[in-house]
Amino acid sequence: MLYLSKTDRLKLLAFAAVVLLMPIWLTPLGAAYPGLMQKFAIYAIFAIGFNILFGLTGYLSFGHAAFLGVGSYTAVWSFKLLTMDILPAMIFAVIVSGIFALVIGFFSLRRTGIYFSILTLAFAQMCYSLAYSVLTPITNGETGLLLTRNDPRIIDTALGAAHVGAEGLPSPTFLGIAMSGYSGFYLCAVLLILAFFIAQKIFASPFGLALRGIKSNQTRMIYTGFNTKPYTLAAFVISGMFAGLAGGLLAVTDPIAGAERMRWTESGNIVLMTILGGVGTLIGPVIGAWVIEYFENIFSAINKNILNQTFDFLPDGLQNVIVTVASKFVGEGWHLTLGLLFVFIVVFLPGGLVEGWQKLMARFRGKGREKK
Amino acid sequence: MTRLLMNRRGLLRTMGAGAAATMASPMFFTRGAWANEFCNSPEKSGKIIFGFNVPQTGSYAEEGLEQLKAYELAIKHINEGGGMLDTLKPLSLKGNGVLGKKVEFVSGDTQTNTDAARDGARRMIERDGAIMVTGSVTSGEAIAVQSLCQEKGVIYMAGLTHSNDTTGKDKRRYGFRHFFNAYQSGVAIAPHLASAYGKDRRAYHLTADYTWGWTQEESIKAATEALGWETVATVRTPLGLGDYSQYLTPVLNSGADVLILNHYGHDMVNSLPQAVQFGLRDRQANGKDFQIVVPMFSELMAVGAGEAVKGIIGTSNWHWALEDAGTQAFTKAYGEAYGVPPSQAAHTGYVQAILYADAVERAGSFYPPEVIKALEGHEFDGVGIGPTLYRDSDHQCFKDVLVVQGNDNPSSKFDVLNVIGKATRDEVTYDPSIFGGELGPYEPNQC
Repeated sequence: MLYLSKTDRLKLLAFAAVVLLMPIWLTPLGAAYPGLMQKFAIYAIFAIGFNILFGLTGYLSFGHAAFLGVGSYTAVWSFKLLTMDILPAMIFAVIVSGIFALVIGFFSLRRTGIYFSILTLAFAQMCYSLAYSVLTPITNGETGLLLTRNDPRIIDTALGAAHVGAEGLPSPTFLGIAMSGYSGFYLCAVLLILAFFIAQKIFASPFGLALRGIKSNQTRMIYTGFNTKPYTLAAFVISGMFAGLAGGLLAVTDPIAGAERMRWTESGNIVLMTILGGVGTLIGPVIGAWVIEYFENIFSAINKNILNQTFDFLPDGLQNVIVTVASKFVGEGWHLTLGLLFVFIVVFLPGGLVEGWQKLMARFRGKGREKK
Repeated sequence: MTRLLMNRRGLLRTMGAGAAATMASPMFFTRGAWANEFCNSPEKSGKIIFGFNVPQTGSYAEEGLEQLKAYELAIKHINEGGGMLDTLKPLSLKGNGVLGKKVEFVSGDTQTNTDAARDGARRMIERDGAIMVTGSVTSGEAIAVQSLCQEKGVIYMAGLTHSNDTTGKDKRRYGFRHFFNAYQSGVAIAPHLASAYGKDRRAYHLTADYTWGWTQEESIKAATEALGWETVATVRTPLGLGDYSQYLTPVLNSGADVLILNHYGHDMVNSLPQAVQFGLRDRQANGKDFQIVVPMFSELMAVGAGEAVKGIIGTSNWHWALEDAGTQAFTKAYGEAYGVPPSQAAHTGYVQAILYADAVERAGSFYPPEVIKALEGHEFDGVGIGPTLYRDSDHQCFKDVLVVQGNDNPSSKFDVLNVIGKATRDEVTYDPSIFGGELGPYEPNQC
């Protein structure tokens, strides 16, 4: 069950090293703080899950944020009602979002192509609207679901356990360790590696092969007597559960759940991440998730002051010109930069950043051979 | 498939790699051994960094960008003197930074979105080493960031947030609000509504569907019902909606003769002109002229809504044309820097940054519990709209509340609101227990 081919094992090891060493290699990039590294790991899990559906079956779901949101709400409710321990929260997050995925997938998968995308989008918007206004007693609307000091927390009360941070708000714990800051990051990192491993197994399995068959020609699969429905549905549910896990982790590292997480822009974001990195590849979506999160969090925080400091070495006139031009692309203009990058990738590297890397490597290798 | 190829050596190797990685990561876990250890202590880092977390994109972007400009001005004044440093009383700041050291700042975009707001605040606290986070244009953001800051042990000076919950049921020891709230709006606006529109009215509420909208609807409903008005219906509208026609049509046949718009920012800029275009204000209902009320609005919104705002009654935290010295000093400085008069979002942000800096100077330390105690129960004047108290029991500021009306004959683009009255500080003071909530502990969490 744990068998991996030799290259896959190497890939897993390298991947684990990269993920666990984030605090070191992200430092020069200005991103080595727990808040962002947690997001890196969490959105990578989300992207890996999404890629199992989109990358393998070719079904483009435009409503995956719904499962992320469901996972978050479930986890926060578990914190409120049961216990501050994260285990039940995450298990429930995965299960409940799996059930949601089963229902939504059952209906959406009756159609393919653009109709499928629209259906999932419609379902996700429905979930969003429900969370945003109809179900406000459960979701607390736009404000987001927050913990309070006098939540019941049945299990904690029954066990008489004093939670961490007893005087203030309780924080989520894993066997007594508070899950904010670096411990939270390592939890997400370990789960990300686990998610990567599962994705590897799925990619290499007959199940994964069937999914790829569906992507290349579903009609032919059906004509050869192969019932594709259970396969696509399974892929949909699995990727929904990954999204639920990611949503649960968002709530674990920062115990709040807001309706914005279910918005169509979030669903679009995950599609962007996957395409940016490389659809159907193992590592692509992860890289895409990291790039987009990096832009969203680091580029949006650059202001004129920082630019002025950066370009301080230039002569005054030139510095002003460069700062004025550059400031349009950072801070509030980070969407612009991301948009340009996305256009560039789609036009020149339809296979995403991974394809760019492969092309680069091929060129180097090609040159090496010529020399020989 | 079920072959376990991960043998003992492989397992050990993997574990070894993991352990090495864990060891190699920076050790930030070292907890404070002495009392005044706290998150991002400037005494340790040698830098004083304020975090300005405002919406630069999304529904409230316009106000957020104004607020950011005001914060930059506040930094300038804290470091070099000028502005309200000439008018704030009592004043401990010397115009040479805080505790003799210049203040720096970092900024972030909350995208008018609670998740992004918390991400931004975490970045400021965890990466940039911000000692204080401030800024918001919606109560959703303010409440989310406030609770985060309590967890991190970093003081949060809320920007524009008008929901009762910010200093009510969601109040926090580490959160402070200078802005007024919906309850105070209700108290202030009620007498003016009674004198302008009478005591026998039927009101229809359209409410932005989040914490601020809910509490404002509740407060205005209570205040108008106390006048003898009847509430016909309260309808929630999603935030960021462009077209309100589906919500405005039912108003026509509802039997209501007043429409109360609990909308802010872009929502109000869209909903008010649409309501006017619907011909609501030209209508007669129940034998009276149909009226529209916007309980809370700002110059920016009035400018945005254009013609439609003429004659509309509402409340404001502050107005740039006030006569007092603090207002004039700030308006002048802001005008010189940016060429336009400041909005109330800009004002409250500016004041909050100055008040925090002043509290640190008075406390003589950045240690959050000391600063909190310096702010709690602090009585001051010279920041616009008269003497102000930072109440210790809920961290709400108490001061006069302005009642404003859209100007019928604006003399310039910025002369869009007239101040038609004031509710005094005593009138808008209430018992903190009516909103519940708990401030929590003073002791800082370590981030």
